[in-house]
Amino acid sequence: MRVVGKPLPKVDAAPKVTGRAMYADDMLPARTLHCRILRSPHPHARIVSIDTSGARRIQGVVAVITGADLPVKFGILPVTQDERALEHEKVRYVGDPIAAVAATEEEIAAAACDAIDVEYDVLQPVMSIDAALETPKDERIQEYGGPNNVHKFVTLEFGDVEGGFARADHVREDVFFYQGNTHLPMEQHSAVATYIDGRVTLWSSTQVVHYVHRALSKVLELPMHRIRVIGAAHGGGFGGKTDPFAHEIIVAKLAMLTGRPVKCTLTREEVFYAHRGRHPVLMWVRTGVTRDGRIAAMHFRSALDGGAYGSYGVASTFYTGALQTVTYDIPAYRFEGCRVFTNKPPCGPKRGHGTPQPRFALELHLEKIALDLGLEPVDVKRRNFVRPDTRTVNWLRVTSCGLPECTDKVLAASRFLERKRTPGHGMGFAISSYLSGAGTAIYWNDMPHSEVQIKVDRGGVTAYCGAMDIGQGSDSVLATIVAEELGLQPSDVRLVTADTDTTPIDLGSYSSRVTFMAGNAALEAARKMRALLVEAVEASGRKYEEVSFEDASVLAEARFGTLATAGSYTPPPIAGPYKGSGVGPSPAYSYSACVVDLDVDARTGLVHVNKVWIAHDVGRAINPLLVEGQVEGSVYMGLGEALMEEQVFRRGLHKWPSMLEYKSPTFLDMPDVETFIVETLDREGPYGAKEAGQGPLLPVPPAVCAAVHDALGVWIDEIPVTPEKILEALRRKEKGEPARYGPHRFPSIPYPPTIKVDAPPPTT
Amino acid sequence: MKNEVLRDVERVVLTLDVNGETRQLLVPVHKTLLEVLREDMQLTGTKHGCELGECGTCTVLIDGKPHLSCLALPVQLEGRAITTIEGMAAGSELHPLQVAFAELGAAQCGYCSPGILLSARSLLEENPKPSRADIQEALAGNLCRCTGYTKILQAVELAAERMR
Repeated sequence: MRVVGKPLPKVDAAPKVTGRAMYADDMLPARTLHCRILRSPHPHARIVSIDTSGARRIQGVVAVITGADLPVKFGILPVTQDERALEHEKVRYVGDPIAAVAATEEEIAAAACDAIDVEYDVLQPVMSIDAALETPKDERIQEYGGPNNVHKFVTLEFGDVEGGFARADHVREDVFFYQGNTHLPMEQHSAVATYIDGRVTLWSSTQVVHYVHRALSKVLELPMHRIRVIGAAHGGGFGGKTDPFAHEIIVAKLAMLTGRPVKCTLTREEVFYAHRGRHPVLMWVRTGVTRDGRIAAMHFRSALDGGAYGSYGVASTFYTGALQTVTYDIPAYRFEGCRVFTNKPPCGPKRGHGTPQPRFALELHLEKIALDLGLEPVDVKRRNFVRPDTRTVNWLRVTSCGLPECTDKVLAASRFLERKRTPGHGMGFAISSYLSGAGTAIYWNDMPHSEVQIKVDRGGVTAYCGAMDIGQGSDSVLATIVAEELGLQPSDVRLVTADTDTTPIDLGSYSSRVTFMAGNAALEAARKMRALLVEAVEASGRKYEEVSFEDASVLAEARFGTLATAGSYTPPPIAGPYKGSGVGPSPAYSYSACVVDLDVDARTGLVHVNKVWIAHDVGRAINPLLVEGQVEGSVYMGLGEALMEEQVFRRGLHKWPSMLEYKSPTFLDMPDVETFIVETLDREGPYGAKEAGQGPLLPVPPAVCAAVHDALGVWIDEIPVTPEKILEALRRKEKGEPARYGPHRFPSIPYPPTIKVDAPPPTT
Repeated sequence: MKNEVLRDVERVVLTLDVNGETRQLLVPVHKTLLEVLREDMQLTGTKHGCELGECGTCTVLIDGKPHLSCLALPVQLEGRAITTIEGMAAGSELHPLQVAFAELGAAQCGYCSPGILLSARSLLEENPKPSRADIQEALAGNLCRCTGYTKILQAVELAAERMR
């Protein structure tokens, strides 16, 4: 191949290193009004009255709106349309939007927000999973869901779980907790809207122009063809810009009311409250194994602290139970999930969406099982590896699987199995898997998940696709695939992306779907275009490779007229035959293995990570430079979560809503990372490619914990692994108590009856 | 503050030297350099991540040294040489750091890149042969959430080598 597999610069590298890339907040159309949003200071309260008259009197204020102006509810999932752009009846977390002001200056808009009088009837806040399971003191947070403040139950059983446990030689139970954390994109969310000739145009730092488009249409009560959503240059998402947000709807409404462009950029503090990040998840797992460590049955329970609204929470809940079976062959599996509402910013998808928490629990649980049996954890894990071209007990179709190769790479490079045991120094190993795109759409429909159009004229090529480049390099992937097929360089391909007026649909940058899905759509469109060009050149008596692209395009345009082709991608119908089977299936799964080497100071509890080895089965690296970047970024984010990042609240207030107090790794904290790309050439991926952006985060937190145990003989069964937790575990060890820090119990949850699902027929 | 109309703000005429060009501006006295660069001079290459001096995103060079433009007041900067990302390339010729960042994938979303490029440029002007630890130290005030920093370190090393 000419360009696929080459470490070429990103096609948008030049605008990014010169400061020319236009992010949403860089835009300032003439006559722009600035918008600020008044947000709730209470975690839980009824709104008695809102008086905006004081704000309206301020010179420079052009419009003030409240919930009465935007009453229609929205939400990312069709089953949880529970948000309003502005709340006028009730607020459910500190930061819930109540009113918005458009003014000639941002400072005036802020002062006008201060001048709005809101009278509240304050309610008891619900601040923990335990509290959410109890009878509400005043009233429940949302009017829908399960008992008390339960949002969602999932209860599924696959295969003969009881029989599996009965046959097991050893059964072990563990409880783990993974604290919530947030995306912390460097760019604060921002949106600019105009309203011209009855049409709304919105530029936003979103990961999914299509879902913003749908939400705007619903709430503004305008048909989609009168709304245009354009993805501005994107300053970092990690899942945090995947929901439609209040400020996006608000600026559109204010532009409609004022006839002027309106911009809203969230402050950093607002970004912490906008959140939609990692759910705090408490987990209980019980596994039965044979004497040699083969898994016979597993029962997994998760309790998710969802925050105040649905967001992606229903999907998140399913994801805490879905992918356990995609790395390890589990012949019988029971999953009980429960998401609760609390009076905190809503949680949603962050890199790995719902799967880093159970991955952490599962990897450590298997470490402990191996030690119970006197076996090497690596051997036990290997013995249970899922095999390629199989179906899991919960009906997930596994195709290519590079787990053994990934494991071999990191073990050999790190000399993990030959490591010297010295107190204070440890190494840990973990594996993981992730989706290459969700196999089902967020709202039910039979249309493609991604579409690409290609236009060729007079030697120029343009590819059109709704995909949104959020820095991961999706534009470069599209350009590389088109260039490969047409015999060009990626920089020769002009791109029009993420614009609902000019590009065909792509569902957006989430669930690691873009390379696989938009890549396949681009491949189809490019192959059709190549066929036209080849036919025209051959009709002239020459071969495609012998003529210049300019000449080929002239010959083809003369022969066929306007040169336009299209391709689309729809995932195969692979979901299992049960309710809830839509979360988990993916056309292909990526695989990762990781070894962490660290030192822990037993006097201070401080962890210093020396090195991380990571191998990632990406199927095929369309651009190895970009794959390495995704893997390294995932390792970085995994280390941040493992060691320092946490989203914690005190009486509804975020304890550290600033970049100084919310600790994230700096240049000085980041260890050496040695990355190995493993290529398994997936049969359905474009050129065999799978995902790279999320999966490699998952093995990092459990590998850190395993390494801490290796170093000091204490288990930290709770993320993040802070010095305080290590010291407490050491104190317990010294006193002869169990040498661990972590949750002791899993709450009693009134699950509904389990839905029993037969295991799929064995694959031949 | 409640229900009170904003008082008229005091404005000053300033002469600033930005990227080698002298510009005269009339700006509110309390406006930060970040705001003046982005809003009054349309130099939007300088980004912001917190506006509190915590993330390093808004870094610019003042007399060749990195400064946080969100904490700098233009009224104190007359006669000082201010360099933003727009002033980093020589005409259409990219600075070796910009070339290396593009080649090695050191910019993913690109939002932190202007600040990091300028911090790195200041480092290389002072220390043409920095060790990896020197680079980490010099850039420790600039946060990046995409790259894991590895490719940035490699790019600075590559640029340093090419500039020697």
